[in-house]
Amino acid sequence: MKKTFKLEELDCANCAAKMERAIREIDGVTQATVSFLTQKLTIEAEDERFEEIVKKAAKVCKKVEPDCRIIIK
Amino acid sequence: MTSKQKKALWRIVISFFLLIAAALIPDQIYPAQYWVIDFTGQWMPSAQWVEAGYTLYSWGIVKPLAYLLPYLVIGWDVLWRAVRNIKNGQVFDENFLMSVATIGAMVIGEYAEGVAVMLFYQVGELFQSVAVHRSRRSIAQLMDIRPDYANVEREGELCTLDPEEVAVGETILVKPGERIPLDGRILEGASALDTAALTGESLPRDVGPGEKVISGCVNLSGVLRVEVEKPFGQSTVARILDLVENSSEKKARAEHFITKFARYYTPIVVFAALALAVIPSLAGGQWVVWVPRALNFLVVSCPCALVISIPLSFFGGLGGASRQGILIKGSNYLEALAKTGTVVFDKTGTLTRGEFSVTEIHPQVLSPEELLEQAALAEQFSTHPISRSILSAWGKAPERERVGEVEEIAGRGVRATVDGRVVLAGNRKLMQRENIPLPEEDQAVGTHIHVAIDGTYGGCLIIADQLKEGAVQALCDLKRAGVKKTVMLTGDNQETAAAVAGELGIDQFRAQLLPQDKVNEVETLLREKSPGENLVFVGDGINDAPVLSRADIGVAMGALGSDAAIEAADIVLMDDDLRKLPVAVSIARKTMTIVKENTVFAIGVKFLVLVLSALGCANMWAAVFADVGVSVIAILNASRMLGVK
Repeated sequence: MKKTFKLEELDCANCAAKMERAIREIDGVTQATVSFLTQKLTIEAEDERFEEIVKKAAKVCKKVEPDCRIIIK
Repeated sequence: MTSKQKKALWRIVISFFLLIAAALIPDQIYPAQYWVIDFTGQWMPSAQWVEAGYTLYSWGIVKPLAYLLPYLVIGWDVLWRAVRNIKNGQVFDENFLMSVATIGAMVIGEYAEGVAVMLFYQVGELFQSVAVHRSRRSIAQLMDIRPDYANVEREGELCTLDPEEVAVGETILVKPGERIPLDGRILEGASALDTAALTGESLPRDVGPGEKVISGCVNLSGVLRVEVEKPFGQSTVARILDLVENSSEKKARAEHFITKFARYYTPIVVFAALALAVIPSLAGGQWVVWVPRALNFLVVSCPCALVISIPLSFFGGLGGASRQGILIKGSNYLEALAKTGTVVFDKTGTLTRGEFSVTEIHPQVLSPEELLEQAALAEQFSTHPISRSILSAWGKAPERERVGEVEEIAGRGVRATVDGRVVLAGNRKLMQRENIPLPEEDQAVGTHIHVAIDGTYGGCLIIADQLKEGAVQALCDLKRAGVKKTVMLTGDNQETAAAVAGELGIDQFRAQLLPQDKVNEVETLLREKSPGENLVFVGDGINDAPVLSRADIGVAMGALGSDAAIEAADIVLMDDDLRKLPVAVSIARKTMTIVKENTVFAIGVKFLVLVLSALGCANMWAAVFADVGVSVIAILNASRMLGVK
């Protein structure tokens, strides 16, 4: 499954790169991209664990850049 | 400016004045100053005061405290983030490095420097934030082709729905000024459409009942009732948006390089700083000399300039191209396109229109009109494209009663009785078979259809595929853009191919190719090209998918509405205009120039400042410039791509 999320308050490009790297290392994630310019996060991951993975990704982002929020609809 | 940026601006202004105020506090205070001015009426240097036996009192702790005020006003968030990030295990981040550098400066007694560096850093951050904000806004404008709603007729009522909720077969109403939400066919109404957002073409296109319309176009004049033919997800606008948004996922090599560089650069510089602070000082004991130099290293250690500006340049390039109706499916193709050395064209449908028409009439005995009429009447029952073109050149309705017996001679032509006379129309072989003497072959380009009436040669018609408008110019522009070799592939015979190639000014051609031969030809050309250059194949996306995928870059043109072409190609020219190809090449070249400029400039300045700092020739101001100053310049340079017309 592949899903795109909006990121708010993503102010630092280097952090975006760090987030991307950290999310890719989450177990079950096949591909992840953080676009600094469009402020979007795309995660491609296993279907069954998708919710759990998104939660983990949100946590990782918080760790890298505490001001940045993932908008999960 | 956003409210956050305004707040930052205020903090900068306040802190700036507090810094000046702190700097104005004299280093030492002179006791009984009033008395001196009363007595002599002029200022007396402090040295004379000391000679005169007065004591000078130092401000002591007051001055550093005065500097602390502007420092905290401007830097509290940086300090706070640094602390928070260390708690989260993010040590090498910009905030931490700036904190260490400025606090370090203050500890060694350079109060003004410490505050000023933080101030300058925040000014740079503000500039950067404004530049990023502006770039993001232009990107959003680029993507602003998504229709927000659709007016759907349901049970006789008009309701406004999200385009995604509209089903195939429903009828939608598009009023003037609205964007067409879904692909469909016009049931009622006529209007002019603005397709600029999709094709970059500024002339409006007139449409009427029965014609297909494409989502994303803006309806300019009349009300249209449209029957929906595709769900939103498969509509043109959704597909284009999807392509543009995902194009940044296919990263260029330059981008991979930056990501890798950023990953190793910061730790290396930080450890170098540590080494610079500790090793010479332990050996020589000159902490005051080496620690400030090391602090400079920390300021320069963020790779932000590159991390922002390189993707921004690519995004600008891709976006600028899409505004022109050129869809590029990834930054990697943009990078590859900049190194185009050879361009290979499929002839029919790409360089020529793929429609035959009578271009010349050379009568021997009759008038041109009569010759054309005789040929048209003789050919009227044939379905061959060449016969069709003669009929359409004649332009009248077929008159069956004037024609008697008709015999089609395969591979040669026809023999028919027209108005009681035997008319032969066909190629050279037909004339030879019927023993009709032919004049010398002339040099005209195209297929010659000779006509003979009652055994006498009547003249010939020349039928050719017409060149596409702008093809000659496109080739000329490509050469100017630095393309070395242009090659045309065609199934036509040698003479026609040579003539078309000559007319277009194309370098080489390969004639009489069967569709499967084209892949082999492209492979040969791929072997011939010089290393470091790319081969671009341009086709119309019909039947040439294997060639499109075999070439370094496959370009499909005239793809508006053709799903197969959008699928198969790496670059899609939305309209039929070949002149977009040189535009794409020059956008690619410009993007790569900016990317190179930024890479060399940012790495160069940072490296220079590192070396100068290590030697003690650069102060912290230079270091801050190498950090945020370079970022701002690089972003401004990259944002030139966003304005590409």
